[in-house]
Amino acid sequence: MTLELVLFIVLAAVAIAGALSLILARHPIRSALSLIVVMVALAGLYLLQGADFIAAVQVIVYAGAIMVLFVFVIMLLNAGEEERTSWSRMARYAGLPLAIYLTVQFAWWVADGASALALPAAPAESEPTRRLAQLLFREFVLPFELTAILILVAILGTVVLGRRES
Amino acid sequence: MTLFEAYPLLLVALVKTGILLFLALTAVAYLSWFERKVVGHIQSRLGPYRVGPHGLLQPLADGLKFLFKEGVEPQGADRLVYYLAPFLALSLALSGLAVIPFGPAEIEIFGVRTTLAVAEVELGLLFLFAITALGVYGVALAGWASNSKYALMGGLRSSAQMISYEISLTLSVIGVVLLAGSFNLREIVAAQQGYWFGAVPRWFLLPQLVGFLCYFTSAIAETNRAPFDLPEAETELVAGFHTEYSSFQFAMFFMAEYTAMVIASCLATLLFLGGWESPLPTTGAFAWTVYLPTVVLGGGGALLLVDALRHHRGFARGVLALLGALLGGAAWAVAQPMILPLVQGPFWFLTKVFLLLFVYVWVRGTLPRFRYDKLMAFGWKVLLPVATLNALVTALVVLLRESGGLAGVLR
Repeated sequence: MTLELVLFIVLAAVAIAGALSLILARHPIRSALSLIVVMVALAGLYLLQGADFIAAVQVIVYAGAIMVLFVFVIMLLNAGEEERTSWSRMARYAGLPLAIYLTVQFAWWVADGASALALPAAPAESEPTRRLAQLLFREFVLPFELTAILILVAILGTVVLGRRES
Repeated sequence: MTLFEAYPLLLVALVKTGILLFLALTAVAYLSWFERKVVGHIQSRLGPYRVGPHGLLQPLADGLKFLFKEGVEPQGADRLVYYLAPFLALSLALSGLAVIPFGPAEIEIFGVRTTLAVAEVELGLLFLFAITALGVYGVALAGWASNSKYALMGGLRSSAQMISYEISLTLSVIGVVLLAGSFNLREIVAAQQGYWFGAVPRWFLLPQLVGFLCYFTSAIAETNRAPFDLPEAETELVAGFHTEYSSFQFAMFFMAEYTAMVIASCLATLLFLGGWESPLPTTGAFAWTVYLPTVVLGGGGALLLVDALRHHRGFARGVLALLGALLGGAAWAVAQPMILPLVQGPFWFLTKVFLLLFVYVWVRGTLPRFRYDKLMAFGWKVLLPVATLNALVTALVVLLRESGGLAGVLR
């Protein structure tokens, strides 16, 4: 048993447990915390794949910045515990069959490709961060800048919407 | 690598972690003593003086007090999150220390050659920022889980403050990353080797002076220290996010704050002050500077001995004399030719970290607290634009230098 495999199993278990807790927790803060756990566990998996930069960005941007805002808003609104309700008609007739189908399908895919599931060795790239930067800012510079403008427009939109009330 | 092959490496990592934890927690405990002493003298007081000579055993007494006090859990608190928050704060702060390299030398543990850092992380700088980014949760969750309006207000304030200043904190070091061309802390230090005109060290402090000022200001705010200690402004919020914490949970927040201070100072040293590089050339007329660690340790030991014999008696005299003798022994040890090159890096590194920690305390003892709206305005309207501008100008300079002038860029 290699060290990588042990780490993979531990991180995957943490990620799955976090995802389950995210859905099952009754308090929004607990759900948000579970989502953070999932994100950090995923960052660990990226690290195992040799994607150090993606792992760091995953923690800084998603677990650090975005989720802080989630937690901040939940705290500010002082959202209480959610009540459990009985199943809605939509959930019973559309959601449940779909969920079962998806589970079976994923299980099938995993069982089918179990041999291909072995962890690929970390790529032998000497400077993966430099390579990533070159891809982003040379080959894909136009989509990158377009995304940046899109985000800027979204930010301006929220500022305008936020100001209209007062 | 199988588990069996990894075993010695894991063991070495464990030993290094143990040593670092012991040193860090001791340093953090004595940092609180140091702070109380310095602030005391700034305010024309003596600071702690009763427990041991010069109050030297005060941290020990405080630690025991925290351990034996009753932990009070507020009514209606979210128990899991309430107990998780201080644990999260402290463990995140301590894990940041793991990637800090303390010197260039290599040591041998159990026959494995290893460096003076618990973990050699390729993207060490980003790892530290990731840790900082998660550090907000300890404070925010503590405020929320306490089920108290003061704690909640403190938690909200601090999360708003920490995410605001985190942006300028990250932006202010972009210049350094651009100049060094790496996120690796060792490579960043290596890029600062050498001297301008043979005497001025090539630290990033000079070309990145603006960046350094932005970094240190943001770091003070990020660690919730005066004059940016709004989250725990006692005149408004009792004690902010940790109002409802007592006993060792409170101590954990306390230690987390001081550890964060230490990490911020370590990072400032690595990024701007040349890390473990000596400020003086070690060749020619300055060759004697390799014996500076001996001089400092021996001088400190001699001072303690003189003080013990002249001003103290009984137990205090014994403690001070023992400390003096220990320092003298250490001074003798670091002068040995085998150890001499090993201690150069850590000596300069820790000296610079110590100076920055002194500045931290000095600022706290000197400046009054910001008003909350001014704090936010300062972060967003002054610090952020200045840090952005600094990053842009540095990028331009690096671009012009690497492509050989304006013509090279336009081509």
